[in-house]
Amino acid sequence: MITTLDQIFVLLQHWLVSFLPAGLQPAASVLLSVVVIICLFPALFALTTVFERKGLARIQNRLGPNRTGPFGFLQPIADGIKSLTKEDIVPSSADAAVHFLAPIVLVVAVFMGFAVLPMGRNMVLVDMDAGLLFFFAMGASTELSVFMAGWSSRNKYSLLGAMRAVAQMISYEVPLLMSSVAVVMITGSLSLTRIVEAQNQYTWGFPHWYIFTPWGLAGFVMYAIAATAETNRSPFDLPEGESELVAGYHTEYSGFKFALFFLGEYLAMFSISGVGTTLFLGGWSAPFSWLGWVPSWIWFFSKMFLSIFVFIWLRGTLPRLRQDQLMNFAWKFVLPLTLLNLMVTALWRFLGEGWERWVYCSAILLVAYVGMGLLGMRRGNLGPRRYRYAE
Amino acid sequence: MLGEGILKGLAETARNFFLSYVSPERLTTVEYPEQRIAPIEAARVFPFLVYDGADWAAGLRCVSCQICEKECPPKCIYIEKSKDKKPDALGKPQFYPARFDIDISVCMSCQICVEVCPFEAIKMDTVYELSTTDRFGGLLLDRKQLAKPNAYYHEIHATEAAKVDARLAAEKAKADAKANAAAAAATGGV
Repeated sequence: MITTLDQIFVLLQHWLVSFLPAGLQPAASVLLSVVVIICLFPALFALTTVFERKGLARIQNRLGPNRTGPFGFLQPIADGIKSLTKEDIVPSSADAAVHFLAPIVLVVAVFMGFAVLPMGRNMVLVDMDAGLLFFFAMGASTELSVFMAGWSSRNKYSLLGAMRAVAQMISYEVPLLMSSVAVVMITGSLSLTRIVEAQNQYTWGFPHWYIFTPWGLAGFVMYAIAATAETNRSPFDLPEGESELVAGYHTEYSGFKFALFFLGEYLAMFSISGVGTTLFLGGWSAPFSWLGWVPSWIWFFSKMFLSIFVFIWLRGTLPRLRQDQLMNFAWKFVLPLTLLNLMVTALWRFLGEGWERWVYCSAILLVAYVGMGLLGMRRGNLGPRRYRYAE
Repeated sequence: MLGEGILKGLAETARNFFLSYVSPERLTTVEYPEQRIAPIEAARVFPFLVYDGADWAAGLRCVSCQICEKECPPKCIYIEKSKDKKPDALGKPQFYPARFDIDISVCMSCQICVEVCPFEAIKMDTVYELSTTDRFGGLLLDRKQLAKPNAYYHEIHATEAAKVDARLAAEKAKADAKANAAAAAATGGV
């Protein structure tokens, strides 16, 4: 019974596909999974927008949307109808073909990332050996669409937004990859399913998630920072800083194309949260061994939503960074720490079982963090800033 | 320590998030169409014309001196002076506005017309629900729509209206005294 519930989607897929002739079955099975992914994540996106608006409202002591349907939960439907019925405006001087393709490229690239994401036990579309590599390759190609959008609009705000976005995404891609490499070093595999399986072990009822190791915790924090920047979320939302650039690279988009950009942004957030969950939070594995009876996909999605909640929480808390602060933070703080984390991970690997590796690894990371923090704060490029003219 | 401020901020927002469900008095906004914030006395939206007595046409304080029309920065006031005169509140024959239009789609609520009016005739209203389906005619208010009684002025800006009334009363008393003195001198002379 428990396994049935755990595997319910897999069994359902097998059952549905079994009606077809044997020759068509593999293709149909893949197609079915693709359709499910393409329907499920936009639905979650709709749900997330309303939760985000309500959450941000509560953070600011407001009520948030509560007019459309019960507690405002039909708001995304109203938003959807609005964006679908709006006029699709293409600037007369825009490069029409590229302008048209940019949102499509974005959404396609982001959807490709979901292909390798293990959403539950045996619930992965393509169990690729180099799944992580594939995911980051697809994530990197979103930069192309961002620049396509900014360049083809022939608008200074679009172009500035796209320049910022590309600079930011390339800068933060480095720490994002470096912090994930630590996991690959320990697991010895780029396959996301293998990474989850490596974490799906328990000692005294506690899981072997990588976040519960010193290098894993540091890696997770840096992964989270880089992921926030990579998905252009606040406090790293400079590419679309509405107070500076109207809307950044999608200034000249309206109607459905704008909705596609919005969708792509949230889907990128889902997929990057999903990969973060897989790498550090044990993917679909249960947090305690005695909770193993709960279906694996419930754990995956609850962890993913927990990460998204943290994204929203951060958005409600932190103000936007300045461009130079953003770059300084990426290259002078996060990147050195991720490099150090790689060393620490290697140390962890070669110190073997025992308490020593816990002490050594934690101490090195802690000293590095505090030291770099103090240094940065003394120099004034990380700590609280004083404005000479604003006092 | 680095990151301390971020943690403090996160704690603050988390407190807001949870406590806004527990204590509704934290909520800073109201549910607008059903609930309204009590009107603020100093609020100002668009100008209106004050009239005394019961008949708006007879009681308009405006003497169509056209100072407000000239001073209005966005030029949203249009006045046509009357050909004839009629007695004002002090009994003195004065011109009156044959036409007085304010285009509230142009008005920027600067209150300069109120500041310059020597006759306390134009004041700021607090009505803000002025949406209309006709963006040209519906937003061009004529003198009938603009005319509102002094009692209404007292209702929306009580302190200011009391001061204005006191000043007008003092002016009237002075004018009456002068008229009486002139009348006495005239009778004395005979």
